[in-house]
Amino acid sequence: MKAHYVPPQQVDWSRSLPRDRALDPSIVDLVPHRAKVLDLGCGNGDLLLRLKAERGVDERGVELEPSAVAECLSRGLSVIQADLEESLLDLREESYDVVVLNQVLLATARPLQLLTEALRVGRRVLVSFPNFAYWRIRSQILFRGRMPVTLTLPYLWYETPNIRSASVKDFRALCETKQWDVYTELFVNLDRLERARPITIWPNLRASLALFALERKAR
Amino acid sequence: MSQLVKRSETLPKVQPLEVRRLEPVRAHTVTFEGPGETLHLESGQTLHPVTVTYETYGQLNEQRDNAVLVCHALSGDAHAAGYYGLEKDEKPGWWDTLIGPGKSLDTDKYFVICSNFLGGCKGTTGPSSINPATGKPFGLDFPFYTVKDMVQLQRRLLKHLGIPWLLAVIGGSLGGMQALQWAISFPEMVRGAIPIATTARLSPQAIAFNEVGRQAIMSDPAWNDGNYPLDAQPERGLRLARMIGHITYLSEQSMLRKFSRRYINGKGRSFCLTKDFQVESYLHHQGSSFVRRFDANTYLYITRAMDYFDLEAAYGRLSTAFSGCRCPFLVISFTTDWLFPSEQSRELVQALRRVGLDVSYCNIESDQGHDAFLLPGHRMGDVVAGFLDRLTRMASS
Repeated sequence: MKAHYVPPQQVDWSRSLPRDRALDPSIVDLVPHRAKVLDLGCGNGDLLLRLKAERGVDERGVELEPSAVAECLSRGLSVIQADLEESLLDLREESYDVVVLNQVLLATARPLQLLTEALRVGRRVLVSFPNFAYWRIRSQILFRGRMPVTLTLPYLWYETPNIRSASVKDFRALCETKQWDVYTELFVNLDRLERARPITIWPNLRASLALFALERKAR
Repeated sequence: MSQLVKRSETLPKVQPLEVRRLEPVRAHTVTFEGPGETLHLESGQTLHPVTVTYETYGQLNEQRDNAVLVCHALSGDAHAAGYYGLEKDEKPGWWDTLIGPGKSLDTDKYFVICSNFLGGCKGTTGPSSINPATGKPFGLDFPFYTVKDMVQLQRRLLKHLGIPWLLAVIGGSLGGMQALQWAISFPEMVRGAIPIATTARLSPQAIAFNEVGRQAIMSDPAWNDGNYPLDAQPERGLRLARMIGHITYLSEQSMLRKFSRRYINGKGRSFCLTKDFQVESYLHHQGSSFVRRFDANTYLYITRAMDYFDLEAAYGRLSTAFSGCRCPFLVISFTTDWLFPSEQSRELVQALRRVGLDVSYCNIESDQGHDAFLLPGHRMGDVVAGFLDRLTRMASS
């Protein structure tokens, strides 16, 4: 069976824009100059454009949504329209210095396989996702008894593109089980003005977004 | 009536929108007839002399690095854009939506070249040309030619024009095959390739449709084993071939949108066997207008050249075919194209990525079927413009 991701319906991506762009400065910091970068689920190419401008990267993107791909290409980016996991099958080991999975992992059918493949293809993999153990999310479930809707999870339960949820602790546990090298962890909280505030203490409770930099094990 | 005139007189004068057009264009020809200019074809045969008809739009810059070669498809010709300015109701070139000042192939920036391919019937030597040995049209005496041969002749034209390399080579359908072959045959001359709605090899289904078209021509008594005077060609056969072909260029959706089940008389059934539905009328019109501008023997040869194009067979594996390529590729397919289905474009993309090439790919949403690449109404133009921008930046950095 092919693991095609079929969006449940037309997703209004503009609603998650503040979240999707919040970690861009941190991602840029983690990308070396003139690196070869693969952005999986690159959307309309905002991050790739920024990486190109600020880091002079050799950019490639993969995106499934046709209109977003057309947007990327008309902006002069090198992007293919493909299923994320399938797109990695054609690539050799360590073909990229950095592979980016910015706010896409939770919307994929086989996140574990995708991560494993990303770690094969890239030397460094940057993964970001909304932290489901964030206190506002906990309290919405606890006190309101409703599925959470926050700045970083801006969709109602029936319209969200996400098909799974994860917390900071969940991801750390996965990295430990799989013995992946975590090069950097970075946590932020988006305040009401959509500014990203770094969180260092109790991130699993206080951070609404997490960014992990995984590295390939030297063999 | 007088009221209408009065009212319009009181309206403020509206500045007409500035529509920038190409200056009237004209076709050029060049004949390669020198002693060393014999064209050696893949079939083992040779051609000499060979005339090429071509058009150019825009200016070649001083660095000679802004040339874009446009390759036309089966029924196209060198007249890709603009007007000759000779007739009143003249139609523009076949890719005028894409080529011109301020358009995707911006003639303010790029020097655009389009030539009628080898074996065509629009000014380049082909089966309908006069055979110098007999003084009569070549007909079936014309040697078989391939996509690779077409590209070889285009390269000769570029040499003649003093163009050392191409910023990009672009084409749809059979033109896309030429774009692919260009990147393979002359990698040092191509800085970017844009194969659109094309394939590395035709499906048996597409070959089957070509064969039915050929049989339609060859079963017309007027065909006479290819020996017909040019003013009495097998019209019925060629018309039928074009009608069949045209069905494959459209999609079910576009036919439904354009014609639905509407009757020509606007009412209902006429209980006749002649044209009754609008879709029939459309096909007949396409067939008839094609007969006026195309040669039957040429149709036989060109469809054969398409059938024989097979990069996998020619190079062992598809990725091997591209292993010598260096340039970035932009592959474009259309969602409702069932003649050159997007699956075949994805195969191309896969092979290109496997050899580590810089590939962009977009499966553009359109209900227009294979014909979409010739029509406006989707994002192909923006995508092509973005890619050309990128190539320009890469060339200058």
